[in-house]
Amino acid sequence: MKAVRRFFKSFLFFELLLGLRLTGRYLLSRKFTVQYPDEKTPMSPRFRGLHALRRYPNGEERCIACKLCEAVCPALAITIDSEERADGTRRTTRYDIDLFKCIFCGFCEEACPVDSIVETHIFEYHFENRGEQIMTKDKLLAIGDRFEKEIAQARAVDAPYR
Amino acid sequence: MFDWMMNLFYSLPTVMQILIGIQLIVIPLMLAVAYTTFAERKVIGYAHVRVGPNRVGPRGWLQPIADALKLLTKEVILPTNANRFLFLSAPVLTIAPALAAWAVVPFFEGGALADVNAGLLYLLALTSLGVYGIIIAGWASNSKYALLGSLRSAAQLVSYEIAMGFALVGVLMAAGTLNVGGIIEAQSGSMYHWFLLPLLPMFFVYFISGIAETNRAPFDVAEGESEIVAGFHVEYSGMAFAVFFLAEYANMILISALTAILFLGGWLSPFQGILPAAAFDLPVIGSLLDHGIHWFLFKTAIFLFAFLWFRATFPRYRYDQIMRLGWKVLIPVTIVWLFVEGVLVAFNVGPWFA
Repeated sequence: MKAVRRFFKSFLFFELLLGLRLTGRYLLSRKFTVQYPDEKTPMSPRFRGLHALRRYPNGEERCIACKLCEAVCPALAITIDSEERADGTRRTTRYDIDLFKCIFCGFCEEACPVDSIVETHIFEYHFENRGEQIMTKDKLLAIGDRFEKEIAQARAVDAPYR
Repeated sequence: MFDWMMNLFYSLPTVMQILIGIQLIVIPLMLAVAYTTFAERKVIGYAHVRVGPNRVGPRGWLQPIADALKLLTKEVILPTNANRFLFLSAPVLTIAPALAAWAVVPFFEGGALADVNAGLLYLLALTSLGVYGIIIAGWASNSKYALLGSLRSAAQLVSYEIAMGFALVGVLMAAGTLNVGGIIEAQSGSMYHWFLLPLLPMFFVYFISGIAETNRAPFDVAEGESEIVAGFHVEYSGMAFAVFFLAEYANMILISALTAILFLGGWLSPFQGILPAAAFDLPVIGSLLDHGIHWFLFKTAIFLFAFLWFRATFPRYRYDQIMRLGWKVLIPVTIVWLFVEGVLVAFNVGPWFA
């Protein structure tokens, strides 16, 4: 009996029709597509994009070359050299992030005791020449200066959860 | 204006008339092929709950033009140790039958390029010729994948050719003529006179074999992206590849058109014999309701959509499943139904065989 039922089920395209009904339903349903350059999905304040180095309001760079980020970086993407400045503070002379190695895990940001290295919401960027993937201290500080307002705002929104 | 053009047309030498007729078929067909590829991407996209190509031109309408331009400007790579002559003649051998078959397709009453008496036989012969192109392409490419793809395709085409032929025999028995226009005439009367009802199993067998003949999903083991990359046309690039592509879609449209002609009455209006005769005399609506090329195109479009819908729905058959379906399901079904039909014809069961 079961065999007979199975025979008729497959012979009369029963399963095939069920499949067609399913795809037919999706065919008519609302599409999920986001028309990317024209529309964008909402972005969390925790979004981990391009890195930036921040400064204090008085213009002094935050980074104190503690090298916690370099230590925590699982991809070994960060290279830091430091020296003592004339006023006795320790500052970086070199702060490189290799974006080809970076996996955008956000550990550097979490490790930073002075909220210096941060990951911004910038994700639309590209390189045209070899070597441009190394983000030097100057480049990172420039990004930090340019987007300080948005970076600070994202930190403020996320502050209650940190 | 129209009369004047018709007079001019008929005053031309016969060769010119035929050449113009060919242009009138091939150019719209090529456009139809281009926009079928677009429709396919759109339909499959919609089935995936995305929107498909929509960047080139308004709503993506120029996408097929852009694709064609891209393929035209690409290099045709000849693989080392490929047989140059066969390698380049294979795409031609594939597309020539796909286009030539359209000669006997009646688009409207008396609207076939060649009103051949043995039209159905001609169609059967030409659609089977397409397999040569595929086999030669696979062999000439000097590639394992291409050879495997073409072998699979050859076996599949030969198997389904039989079921398809039997389904056509059913149509022949019902229509009593090999002339394609005559087959449509035999279905006139009303929607219930179409061969769809008395030949329902044949209709399904024909369409399934048609999908298998064109190597479309779910019978696309010949291409089988996941197993043998692209099958018989792995080694083809640029325009040579585009010609294969054109042939595949021209065949798809041909199978859809033939299904519409053989089982749904081609250019016959579904309202014939249902609406009162006065309805067909109405100024504009009357001509829309009456027989005409628009019904043929509409019916063809339904089956073309079915091709795309099936591709979006069904997973690929395993090779042995294809053979089982072809030999152990479709052929017995056609033989049984030929017998049933023979009985119906013998006892003049109306309205079809009266």
